[in-house]
Amino acid sequence: MLKRGVIGAAVLFLVGTAAYASFYIAPEERTMGAIQRIFYFHAASAWAGMTAFLVCFLANLTYVLRRNQESDWVGVSAAEVGLAFTTVVLITGPIWAHPVWGIWWTWDARLTSTFVLWLLYVSYLLLRNMLEEPDRRALLSALFGIFAFLDVPLVFGAIRWWRTQHPQPIIMGSPGSGLEPTMSKVFFFSVLAMHALMVLLLTERYRLEKMRGDFQELLREAEAR
Amino acid sequence: MATLSNTAVLLGKEVRTEFRSRELLTTTVVFIVMVVVLFSFTFDPTSSESRRFGPGLLWLAFLFAASLMLQPCFLREQTNDTLSALRLSVSDPFAIFLAKLIANTLFLFLTEVLMLPVFAVLYNVHLLGVTPQLALVLFLGSLGVAIPGTAFSAISAQARLRELMLPLLLLPLLTPVLIASTEATAALLEPNPALRKDWLGFLATFDVVFLTALWLFGEYLLEE
Repeated sequence: MLKRGVIGAAVLFLVGTAAYASFYIAPEERTMGAIQRIFYFHAASAWAGMTAFLVCFLANLTYVLRRNQESDWVGVSAAEVGLAFTTVVLITGPIWAHPVWGIWWTWDARLTSTFVLWLLYVSYLLLRNMLEEPDRRALLSALFGIFAFLDVPLVFGAIRWWRTQHPQPIIMGSPGSGLEPTMSKVFFFSVLAMHALMVLLLTERYRLEKMRGDFQELLREAEAR
Repeated sequence: MATLSNTAVLLGKEVRTEFRSRELLTTTVVFIVMVVVLFSFTFDPTSSESRRFGPGLLWLAFLFAASLMLQPCFLREQTNDTLSALRLSVSDPFAIFLAKLIANTLFLFLTEVLMLPVFAVLYNVHLLGVTPQLALVLFLGSLGVAIPGTAFSAISAQARLRELMLPLLLLPLLTPVLIASTEATAALLEPNPALRKDWLGFLATFDVVFLTALWLFGEYLLEE
């Protein structure tokens, strides 16, 4: 109990420091002004979300091969957490876009790909709701999760190839792009903080799923008697 | 190889079953015609507009039709539990998937080819000069739809609200196929038609990735 509290407090401190750094330590961006600071939250959430989906994929693979319920619990937890972070990306994107581009939404490569990614994992969670038997649910959603994750690079590739209107990627992008050193440091610290938050949420969600699983087990045993 | 001969036998069964009644093919063609007609109300179908919007609308119609057409694929194996019989009859469960996805690709391709003259007439686009290239695009695109479609048909057949689940699972995943097929088709409808080998290569890659995934994981989709 105390350990969980300490870890929670540590993550909160990390996230708080990242927020402070985004507002007070990072220099103001030349063309976009103060609104650019949302980038530290927006892009870091995107990375954390993608990491969560990777964890989901690995958990899905493990479940299909090993059939242990812990992998299923990790899978659903990671998918939900990943979806939460992706939702943050899709909300903060338009908040950033409106003052900068004058429009809430544009069907450019990055936003569109993220939207499709979001839809894929919403489908994953909806599928789980539509399958009642726990073993069936775990197996079939794991298989769908594997297919969905394999699709992700194809989605991003196809959409990017097809159109680009987004500000040129400034981390891993064309030559001549890059972040000013202080911005870089603040960004990577934000990424770290978001990942810490992601891991915390994942472990808590896993605990919940484990409790549900154990409870179902107890119910089954009680009914068997 | 046992798998290939099993696939051939099962493919024969799938094709014979469908061509006995032809109900799936006819209803799918009619559905696509309806969608194409409805689309015509959403923009002004002049020649240049048709060239701009036509390919996308056509492929969208194909995708919607496919997500309905692929429903019975594994659903009809549930009556009389013929799926168990299928599983027992083959040494490699991948043969079942291979047979069904080849059959589905064939049916999709057939409906698309039947739609082309209708589309050409209704939207005033010139297709005769590029028919072989168009056939190639349609084939690769249909394969791209049929491979995950067959896999997800096996999944959704076991879920509640299966009529809604299959489109929900399939359509986001098929985004790359929609983009690639539309771009390749649009390039062929231009005044100077060009075969977009890059998009066709992309489609082929998509097909290979998901065929491999189906080969690796297909047997688990059919587990009891």
